[in-house]
Amino acid sequence: MLDQFDPRIDPEFKPVDPEALRARLAPLLPPGGLLTSLEAMRPYESDGLPAYRSLPAMVALPETVGQVAAVLKACSELGVPVVARGAGTGLSGGALPFPGGLLLVMSKFSRILGIDPVAMTARVQPGVRNLAVSEAAAPHGLFYAPDPSSQLACSIGGNVAENAGGVHCLKYGLTVHNILAVQVVTLDGEILTLGGPAADAAGYDLMALFTGSEGLLGVVTEVLLRLQPLPETTRLILAAFDDVGRAAGAVAAIMAAGVVPAGLEMMDGPALRAAEDFARAGYPRDAAAILLCEIDGQAEDVAEEIARVSDLLRTAGATEVRVARDEDERKRFWAGRKGAFPAMGRLAPDYYCIDGTIPRKSLPFVLAEMGRLAELHGLGVANVFHAGDGNLHPLILYDANLEGDLEKAEALGGAILELCVSVGGSITGEHGVGREKINQMCVQFTEAEVNAFHALKAAFDPAGLLNPGKTIPTLARCAEYGGMHVHKGALPFAHLERF
Amino acid sequence: MPISSGSDADLTAALADAVRAAAADRRALEIRGAGTRAGQGRPVAGERLEVAGHRGVVDYDPAELVLTARAGTPLTEIEALLAANGQMLAFEPPRLGRGGTLGGAVATGLSGPRRPFTGALRDYVLGVRILDGRGQVLRFGGTVFKNVAGFDAFRLMAGAHGELGVLLDISLRVVPRPAVEAARTLDLAPEPARQRVAELMRRPLPLSGAFHDGERLHLRLSGGRAGVAATADLVGGAEADPGDWTAIRDLAHPVLSGGGGLWRIALPRTGPAGDFEALPWDQAGGVRWLRAPAPPTGAEAAAAALGGHLQRIRGAAGPAFQSLPAPLLALHRRLKAALDPEGILNPGRMYVEA
Repeated sequence: MLDQFDPRIDPEFKPVDPEALRARLAPLLPPGGLLTSLEAMRPYESDGLPAYRSLPAMVALPETVGQVAAVLKACSELGVPVVARGAGTGLSGGALPFPGGLLLVMSKFSRILGIDPVAMTARVQPGVRNLAVSEAAAPHGLFYAPDPSSQLACSIGGNVAENAGGVHCLKYGLTVHNILAVQVVTLDGEILTLGGPAADAAGYDLMALFTGSEGLLGVVTEVLLRLQPLPETTRLILAAFDDVGRAAGAVAAIMAAGVVPAGLEMMDGPALRAAEDFARAGYPRDAAAILLCEIDGQAEDVAEEIARVSDLLRTAGATEVRVARDEDERKRFWAGRKGAFPAMGRLAPDYYCIDGTIPRKSLPFVLAEMGRLAELHGLGVANVFHAGDGNLHPLILYDANLEGDLEKAEALGGAILELCVSVGGSITGEHGVGREKINQMCVQFTEAEVNAFHALKAAFDPAGLLNPGKTIPTLARCAEYGGMHVHKGALPFAHLERF
Repeated sequence: MPISSGSDADLTAALADAVRAAAADRRALEIRGAGTRAGQGRPVAGERLEVAGHRGVVDYDPAELVLTARAGTPLTEIEALLAANGQMLAFEPPRLGRGGTLGGAVATGLSGPRRPFTGALRDYVLGVRILDGRGQVLRFGGTVFKNVAGFDAFRLMAGAHGELGVLLDISLRVVPRPAVEAARTLDLAPEPARQRVAELMRRPLPLSGAFHDGERLHLRLSGGRAGVAATADLVGGAEADPGDWTAIRDLAHPVLSGGGGLWRIALPRTGPAGDFEALPWDQAGGVRWLRAPAPPTGAEAAAAALGGHLQRIRGAAGPAFQSLPAPLLALHRRLKAALDPEGILNPGRMYVEA
């Protein structure tokens, strides 16, 4: 299991006496800001990937930037590893505590510091929930575009760390496209502003480098977000298909026609039926796949695009094309999609969500190949994905109480990610590498590239204390994992062209 | 869809050899494409590494909205190919002379008039293949829009002026051309015009350009037929030719062109402009253009005080870039050393070497 850190192939640090660490940190934090008992730390033992659990030496809850800087500096001097945590909704184990280290919980940084409706920006602390920003901006006719499915609970600091996406990033971009500046604290306690209120800040684009760095380079303490005007009209089409491949073809046809949907989502039969049972969204239960295509903009243009997309869908073989009648029906169609993950509880006791990205043209091949792999591993897979940007979320169904089932699920997940890499895609589109996909990094990147990542990290964190054992694998791990995966001297999918 | 023309060539091996040899003797290299952006950045004392010959579109599938080309490929060639397929580069990099290359545009990182409406150049870079300072070929990012594996070192290359690697191939996200474009000019003084644009931007309107030449406001609209028509009525003014925006994009408009130096002063779009208030502006007020042999004394400090920064685009005098606070400068040097340990790639192009 990957929640066990292995000193042979993961970073290792000299143990620090917990009493000495407590004596050093307690005076730097507010009263009650340092948790050391097992009971108090238990809620922090895992993030949104509950299969992985471990406990830190202690948990710190700072309230000011000064406290964050002081705590990080103390940890740097003592050689104590630090893992930062926001709302803990991440799906790749990125906030899994490092044994013997400090877990730095940023939940007290929960204030929206200001909304500037003229500049269309929001200045927020990292613990502010994603949805709270759009709620605060709504009276000004503005919203914050990135909308991960966890937007009710996930926080902006974590969104920056993961470069979070969502169902609307096809048109509005990822987190990196929607922030202007981040204030970060490095491990030596230095407070830096990356980016700025004016476009294209001087020097290297460190704001872009920092976004999506998964807590390996520094801790986010403040973010300047870009807001957008709420669209005048939003309409949603639901299209049903009796064949998954035809649905994939329809996605390609829509994108090739020059349409820029606000969102373009796909669910296969098992996923849509579970979602329908869970949310009563009104999906056609007998379909092999459905597409949800959202168009927003000015009313007349939207009407024109809806007609055009409807035609494209019918030509691509849709058995049914339904435009949501009103706002209620539109919300219901989305409720099914957004509830797809919890709905999996109806299909199996546990599910494991994968996050690969592929070029859209590979969709039919990858879907077929994924079905074959699932059969090979003896597990069911339901598919939910951001089809417009080729971001797959296969949900592997298993039962953690069955001996060996979780290991089977992990093995199938790994095989699916390697399939994504083999067609020129990526092992993660929006959930991050974290702890979960650390081995697959060795498949996507060469030794020289992994070394370059380590060198970039060292420029911020020379001792490697920030979020160790995550995101960038050690070369020892790659040697071991790579060795495991060269089967009879052949790479997986050797018949495919490589890039 | 691989596309090739007679002069296309993959010079990866030769360029890698040249960088390895230079690294072995710690010889500095000045990376050079078409040389159309020579005014940007400080002079580099080094042997030229000519990269314009490494050219050609490697892959382009219009349905994927992704194009991959070698760094030496001329921008005009890429844009002609995209136009033939009803697509374009959303970031409209300025073309500063004949033959300007994709690599030069990405290395210098400048975005055109669409910047405040559809994003910056770095937002459209999906992946790169580079040579690091040891001459190793590294690939960061890829050809898919959503990709969060590893650090986004590919975005870091945009605007790094070749200090962190020699760009070999670049994968870009491209966008469909808008169905309709229209342009308007309005007789408004710079400040009222900037406020008017800020008001318009708070509404979901199909704006794609807002430039002030010192006398009047130029607006460009791009989008669906109905939305563009309704917005044109809303903004009023006189009808103009959307083709006029080519000169604005390429810094060839009469108030931007001519000899001498040109300085780009980026400021918060809606904030006070201080001493820069009288200058022509683009990007809805986010960029002021100063035509002068060198910026006046104190301009750098004035830009910083307003939350902005300046940069030289043409000319040879004055500071090439806004100076950085000491901790950030130190971090820049560590990052350069991470990817170029011998310090041979465009050393000193952005900041004085330590």
